[in-house]
Amino acid sequence: MADKVEGVAETAPGMPQLDFSTFPNQIFWLCVTLVVLYLILSRVALPRIATVLSERHGAIQRDLDKAEEMKRSAVEAENTYNKALADARAKANDIVNEAKVEMQKDLDKAIAKADLEIAAKAAESEKAISAIKDSAVQSVEEVANATANNIVDAILPEAADTKTIKAAVAARLKG
Amino acid sequence: MEGDIVQMGAYIGAGLACTGMGGAAVGVGHVVGNFLSGALRNPSAATGQTATMFIGIAFAEALGIFSFLVALLLMFAV
Amino acid sequence: MAKEEAGNGLVFHPMDQFQIKTLFGDGPVHWYSFTNVTLWMGLTLLAIFALLVLGTSRRAMIPNRIQSVGELAYGFIYRMIEDVAGKDGVRYFPHIMTLFMFIVFSNFLGLLPMAFTTTSHIAVTGVLAMGVFLSVTILGFAKHGLGFLSVFWISSAPLPLRPILALIEVISYFVRPLSHSIRLAGNMMAGHAVIKVFAAFAAVLAISPFAIVAITAIYALEVLVAFIQAYVFAILTCVYLKDALHPHH
Repeated sequence: MADKVEGVAETAPGMPQLDFSTFPNQIFWLCVTLVVLYLILSRVALPRIATVLSERHGAIQRDLDKAEEMKRSAVEAENTYNKALADARAKANDIVNEAKVEMQKDLDKAIAKADLEIAAKAAESEKAISAIKDSAVQSVEEVANATANNIVDAILPEAADTKTIKAAVAARLKG
Repeated sequence: MEGDIVQMGAYIGAGLACTGMGGAAVGVGHVVGNFLSGALRNPSAATGQTATMFIGIAFAEALGIFSFLVALLLMFAV
Repeated sequence: MAKEEAGNGLVFHPMDQFQIKTLFGDGPVHWYSFTNVTLWMGLTLLAIFALLVLGTSRRAMIPNRIQSVGELAYGFIYRMIEDVAGKDGVRYFPHIMTLFMFIVFSNFLGLLPMAFTTTSHIAVTGVLAMGVFLSVTILGFAKHGLGFLSVFWISSAPLPLRPILALIEVISYFVRPLSHSIRLAGNMMAGHAVIKVFAAFAAVLAISPFAIVAITAIYALEVLVAFIQAYVFAILTCVYLKDALHPHH
C-alpha cells in the first residue's frame, strides 16, 4: 500500500496523522503549550476572573441588601407614622370626651343651683301668698263684724251685743 | 498482481467499514430525537438534561468513530 | 487519499493540509524543530492569552465584550464541572479549563483558511486523552485505593449479571482513551477533508456553484462541530472525573 501511494503522489505520503516520525515533535510542543497554558490559566486568568465575578456578585448582593434595608426602614417609617396617627386620633378622642364630661358636670351643677334657687323663690312666694291670704281673711272678718254691728245697731240699737254678733259672723264665715 | 488484489480488498473493506458510520448516524439521531420529544413534553426539565444528551451522543458516536478508524487503517496502514 | 486524475484536471489533496513541515529550513522533523504545529499551538496560546488575560485586564465591574466572553467561558465550564462531577470536582477546574480552551481555540483557529489544525492529529488528541485517562485512573486509586475497582462492579444490577457487566465495564473503561481521542481527531480531520474535496470540485465550472454552496454549508457545520467536540471532550473528562471521585454507582 505504502509504496503504491508514494508512486502515485510524492506530496501525500498516505495519512500525515499516521506518520510516526512527526509524533515526538507534536507531543513535545503539545506538552510545552499545555504547561504554559495551565500556568497562565491557573496563576493569572482564572483567579482574576474569579475575583471579578465574586466582586460583582458581592456588589449585586450588597445593593440588594441595601434595597432590602431601605424597604424595611420605609415600612418601619410607615408603621410609626400610622401609629402616631392612631395615637393622635385617640388623644383627640380623649380630649373631646373629657371636655364633654366636664361640660356635663358644669351643666349639672348649674341646673342644680338653678333648681335650688327656683325652689327657694317658690317657697318665699308661697309664704307671701299665704300671708296675704291670711290678712285678707282677717280683713274680711273685721269688715263683716263691723258691717254686722252697724246693721244690728241700725235695726235694733238696744239689742246690740258685740259678742253674739261676732260669734254669729264667725259661724257664718266658716259655714 | 497480488498486491493489487490486496489493495482492492483493503478498499472494499474500507467502504464496508464506512457503513458503520451510518449506524452511528442512526444512533445519534435516535438520542437527539428522543431527547427532543421528551423536552417538548416537559420543557422545564429539558435544560438540566442537555449535558446528559451530549454524553449520550458521545457514546453513540464512539462506535461510529471506531468504524471510521477501521476504514482509515484499511486505507492507509494495511 | 491522494489521487490525481490527470484526465479531467481534478486534483484531490484532502490530506495535504494535515502535513507537518518545518518552517525554517528543509530538514527532517526533529522533536525540537519549529514546525507548523509549533506555530499554530503558539497562536492558540496567544488567542487564549488575549481573551482571558488581556481581555480581563481592566477587571471591570461592568464587563466589555471580550471580558464578558471570557467570563462566559469561565462560568460555562465551571457550571459543567459542578453539574457533572459534583462539588469536589471543582478542584480540578483549571485542568479541565486548560483542556477545553486549548481544544476549542485549536478547532476554531484551524477553521481559518490555510490554517493547520493541531487537534486533527491523533498524536495530539491521543496525548490529551491518555493524559486524562492516566490522571483520572491514578486519582481514583489514590483517593479510594482498591475501592476504586467498584466502578466496575455495578451493585444495583442483579447478582448473576454482575460479572458480565464487570467485563463490559472493564472493556469500555480501557476503550475510553481511544474513543476520546479518535472522536476529536476524526471529527476535525473528516470535516476539513470534506471541505477540501468540495474545494477540488469547485475547479470544475459546471458544478462549481454547487461546490461553493456546499463548502459554505459544511463550513457552518464545522464551526458548530468545532465547539461541540471541545464541549464533548470536556464533558467526558468530567464524567471520567466523576467516576474517579465517586466510583460507587
